[in-house]
Amino acid sequence: MTYRLGVDVGGTFTDLLMIDEGSGLTLRTKVLSTPEDPSIAVIEGAKKLCEQAQVSPSEIRQFLHGTTVATNAMLEGKGARVGLVVTEGHRQVLQIARSFVPGGLAGWIIWPKPEPMAALECTIEAKERMDANGETVRPLDRDALVESLEVFKREKVEAITICLMNSYVSDAHERQVAEVCSEVYPDLPVSVSAHILPEMYEYERALTTVANSAVRPIVSGYVANLRSQLKSWGMDGKLNLLRSDGGLMSADKAEQAPVNLLMSGPAGGVAGALWVAKNSGHESILTIDMGGTSTDVALIENGQPRLRRETTVGDLTVRASSLDIRTVGAGGGSIAHVPELTRALRVGPASAGAVPGPAAYGKGGDQPTVTDANVVLGYLPESLLGGEMSLDRKGAETAVQSIADGLDIGLMEAAAGIIDIVNENMVGALRLVSVQQGYDPRDFALMGFGGAGPLHANALGRLMGSWPVIIPPSPGVLCAYGDATTRMRIENARSYNQRFDRSNDAELVEILAAMGKQAALDLEEEGVPMEDQEIQFEADVRYVGQGFEVPLPILFEDFKAGIGLGKLEKTFDEEHKKLFTFIMEVPHELVNLRAVALGKPADVAAVKIEAGNGNPSAAKLRDHTLFMDGHEQDAVIYERSKLRAGDKIVGPAIFVEMDSTTLVLSGHVAEIDRMGNVLITPA
Amino acid sequence: MTANIIETNSDPFKTAEVDPVTLDIIENALRNARMEMDATVFRTAMSPGIREQGDAFPLIADRNGKMIVGQFGSFIDGFLNAYQGDIEEGDIIWLSDPYTCEGAVSHCNDWLILLPIYQSGRLIAWASHFGHQTDIGGKVPGSLPTDAVSIFEEGIRIPPVKIYKKGVYQDDIVNLVIHQTRVPAWCRADLEAIIASCRMAERRVGEMCERFGDDVIVAACDQLLARNHRAMKHLIKTMVKEEKLTFTDYVCDDGRGHGPYKIHCTMWREGDRVVLDFEGTDPQAEGSINFYLNENMFKMFFGIYMIMVFDPQILFNDGFYDLVDVRIPEGSLLKPKFPAALSCRTHALGRIFDILGGLLGQRQPEFLNAAGFSSSPHLMFSGFDKSGEWFQLFQIGFGGIPGRPFGDGPDGHSLWPGFTNIPNEFLECYFPMRIEKYESIADSGGAGFFRGGNGIHMTYCFLEEGMISIHDDRWFTYPWGVNGGTPGRRSEKILERADGSREILPSKCDNIRVRDGDLLHYITWGGGGWGDPLDREAALVVLEVSRGLVSCEGAARYGVVLDKAGALDQAATEKLRKKMRKARGEVPVFDFGPDIDTLRKSCESETGLPAPQQPVWNR
Repeated sequence: MTYRLGVDVGGTFTDLLMIDEGSGLTLRTKVLSTPEDPSIAVIEGAKKLCEQAQVSPSEIRQFLHGTTVATNAMLEGKGARVGLVVTEGHRQVLQIARSFVPGGLAGWIIWPKPEPMAALECTIEAKERMDANGETVRPLDRDALVESLEVFKREKVEAITICLMNSYVSDAHERQVAEVCSEVYPDLPVSVSAHILPEMYEYERALTTVANSAVRPIVSGYVANLRSQLKSWGMDGKLNLLRSDGGLMSADKAEQAPVNLLMSGPAGGVAGALWVAKNSGHESILTIDMGGTSTDVALIENGQPRLRRETTVGDLTVRASSLDIRTVGAGGGSIAHVPELTRALRVGPASAGAVPGPAAYGKGGDQPTVTDANVVLGYLPESLLGGEMSLDRKGAETAVQSIADGLDIGLMEAAAGIIDIVNENMVGALRLVSVQQGYDPRDFALMGFGGAGPLHANALGRLMGSWPVIIPPSPGVLCAYGDATTRMRIENARSYNQRFDRSNDAELVEILAAMGKQAALDLEEEGVPMEDQEIQFEADVRYVGQGFEVPLPILFEDFKAGIGLGKLEKTFDEEHKKLFTFIMEVPHELVNLRAVALGKPADVAAVKIEAGNGNPSAAKLRDHTLFMDGHEQDAVIYERSKLRAGDKIVGPAIFVEMDSTTLVLSGHVAEIDRMGNVLITPA
Repeated sequence: MTANIIETNSDPFKTAEVDPVTLDIIENALRNARMEMDATVFRTAMSPGIREQGDAFPLIADRNGKMIVGQFGSFIDGFLNAYQGDIEEGDIIWLSDPYTCEGAVSHCNDWLILLPIYQSGRLIAWASHFGHQTDIGGKVPGSLPTDAVSIFEEGIRIPPVKIYKKGVYQDDIVNLVIHQTRVPAWCRADLEAIIASCRMAERRVGEMCERFGDDVIVAACDQLLARNHRAMKHLIKTMVKEEKLTFTDYVCDDGRGHGPYKIHCTMWREGDRVVLDFEGTDPQAEGSINFYLNENMFKMFFGIYMIMVFDPQILFNDGFYDLVDVRIPEGSLLKPKFPAALSCRTHALGRIFDILGGLLGQRQPEFLNAAGFSSSPHLMFSGFDKSGEWFQLFQIGFGGIPGRPFGDGPDGHSLWPGFTNIPNEFLECYFPMRIEKYESIADSGGAGFFRGGNGIHMTYCFLEEGMISIHDDRWFTYPWGVNGGTPGRRSEKILERADGSREILPSKCDNIRVRDGDLLHYITWGGGGWGDPLDREAALVVLEVSRGLVSCEGAARYGVVLDKAGALDQAATEKLRKKMRKARGEVPVFDFGPDIDTLRKSCESETGLPAPQQPVWNR
């Protein structure tokens, strides 16, 4: 028998999911994470699963993994010291950046000056020049380069990035420089900008490639460690990592281009949501993954998550494809405060984090947080995490009272205000992925997961008009489902920068065929045989003169039939109208082309739960009172795991389970479907 | 108001209760809507000036035209005062002539769109946006003639016209205007983008009305304005004293050989109100550097500076306007008489911010920022390429951010909100030029405990014959330092011909012919330094030397001595610092560099350009 193993390493728990590739049956477990060396928990959990299922490690054919190693390195500023080689005259490309100062008029007065990711003392110039047509203006001076490279030794550089002017047109000079670097520093990893991001805009390309270099040693170290641990345990299957765009790539590839892993963690959640969505019959959904300090939201349309051409981690935005996931600094730990001068109620982005945590955790926190407001209102009953931790209601009340005093309103009103504001912050992010991209949120269901998502999802569904609100079973292991059920993916991209009227279908057929072939070969090298592959194409289009492209799917067959460009022009106009309310009568420009090779999705059946008789009383834990819609109300608390398919529960109600709490608002009904999802709709 | 606003629904808005949470939600939603306006323009506009650089300014105002969210403050009342006509649902106003809107926009290149937002037959809000067009016709490409003496030389002037009349697009008017420009496709696209952005705001405000109710939205706007009024009242009372404070700064020249032009402002408080009086400012210039300063816009500048300097927590809107009294003498550089030329107003506009900084921080030097605003350096390059196609570039450059109480000024960054540079690869791909050098200039930022940001040295290699225009300032006077910080270095422009000859170009010039292979060195100013350079951590100075941001010689300005290997010479540094401290005596609050007379005398030898002549007026 063969198995695939999905693993998601979170801040608190490491979730594991094993799938029998023959039957599609699954087995789950979770163990405490080991942040000092995440692989310890991974191996421990994997062993536990194998013992339970009496499976030998050698039967695991694929090990699929979403990781936040790269993300955390970036957020914590623990990236490698990067040496950067640029074209003569452009040494300060990262220092000057795009000259942008955030904060509006006079924002410069208080804007902290950021340090470039590759330090200026570690940036050297190569004497060479390529023009915008890919012709050499001045050839590379190798001797001068060798001499300049001395600096890297003195500065103890750990990884090298090469980003030369116009390399997106021709990588010839970058390759020559890479050769010299490898000769001088055979042990340092070298990242070449034309290979990481073959697109125009030198600053963005340099930054993206430097980010790649910065996380490379850490990711390599992690992968090597994991690989050797798995090997000594007896697993010799393939090790694949989840990319920011929701596809999988081999660990080897990940070591070369780890910039593609920056959103690996959140991408797992969306991939998991996608799987749940398909099983529940709702293929267009908004997802909300709400944790302690932040919330990730995304949009899935007809089973396709929306992609964007950049990845944002903290203050850093790089040009690497990722699922269009927006993060807001709003979570259970977000702190509420009332500034003295304006007396407005603000929530976040400061967070109490895990330590000291919300006041209700009784770990020394005394600032009012979203969690405290939930406790005060009675939405979070006394115990969290299946009874392992009890909540300090008094502490929460004292904390929230400070807000009530600041606003001169009652305790309950203050708590409700905090919840309203934090919900509104999340609505802001949901609008970014929906309304602002031309989607009507009322055409979508809304899925809440992560520790705090199920508590806020009903209210968000109401604000967005998105029904039903779906709470998947065990919202915590959703990421591991995502890791285990998504497909291998590889991209072959190039910039084209040609007006439609100066191009033609025949030329594009040739280019696309070559790109598709290359992507297929690359994916084959990753272990996916040609017959299991699917090749897709995308084009970035704009009106000539615009600076922002709209990515659109294209069909190879259309270009073969000679109708490709014509159709693309029409599709673009429609999309432009949808996004921006107008179209123009100017030529179109084809900016970038991408070929995407995809492997087969895993065939995993969802586990069906037992059907009940519609009456949830067997799952009832106790009666409860909570504050909702401006007054106190009676509610019932249920144990989620005891609810049966077909059960209908009228709100207000609370479902508790090991890793999360679901809140059903008054005026709403929750129904349990066959997969154990909670579906909430207005009564 | 002289504009006649027509509403089909005559019911007055009802008084509505707005709880504090709803108020915050509405404020946030409005702010998000404004961000969306920005994003729409950024994604759809075509001219690099608006698209890449962000030279465009959106706002959403309440039904009376008071800005609730935005950045330059509302000028809508200026328009309403001046407009003679009806305003109805479905109308969209388009204008560009500063003289027809009390300076709501201050030169004709800025195309302004005003969209009254109606809900159930009543005017409920305004959306507005303006953006700088690359070209609006007239005597030079770019339409900013440095030598113009009247507005009639500066391209097409659009009085307030309805581009949409009760929902109907007036394409005749648009065609007439677009016909005047050298870059019709860009202007058309940018105009569309600006309208689309206002439409976006209209849609969002409509959604908010549906969600909260019209009465609540109107009441919420009132409360948001009142909230800001309260906060600013407190701030003005605690931070502005009743005694008069004055500050003076200069625009170096008028592009016609005269200068410098003095801008002088006096600030004091009378009760709750602050008075800002520009009496003492020079009369209007003969050339095009006049800046028609809208009083409300200046109130907003003042408010934002107060907030940023003293309490960045406050969110700004127009609520505090009646707390500020702005007095600008008629016929002065800041309120010129029709038909004075206005196109090159950017220098005075920039200098206004240095004046505000100098005024506000004077009494509390810990809040004082050094000077940085040279203005907004422009380069125009246009011509026909080898295939006979017209090309025309309008590019905005940047210099050094001043040293601040907050820290060092960033190198080569923008003082203007939302502006970004044009990527050099973009320039090389779409214009016949190669950028041989793009870096900040060591030592150009003033020395200080917090260093002023360095200016930028950009070298263009032109690959086709064409004409260039240059707009810059701070070539004659210095960006001043404060609290012991020294001034930043001044700007300069050098043309290095393919034949090896060199010429110094004036800071403001038009119609300079360049040919294939010519190099233009476009060098911008550095920001002034903040605080005592002798107190700056010596190790940091050494690090900046290794980064090439400060030179070995430049380190001496900090009293820092490096050894041959580039490491800190501790003993020599201590000795030098001691000596310098003793020699300089007391440290003044402002260091403007040499006085105007001295600058005139040394001008030619230091800058390679003749000194500007003192302007003479017959008053």
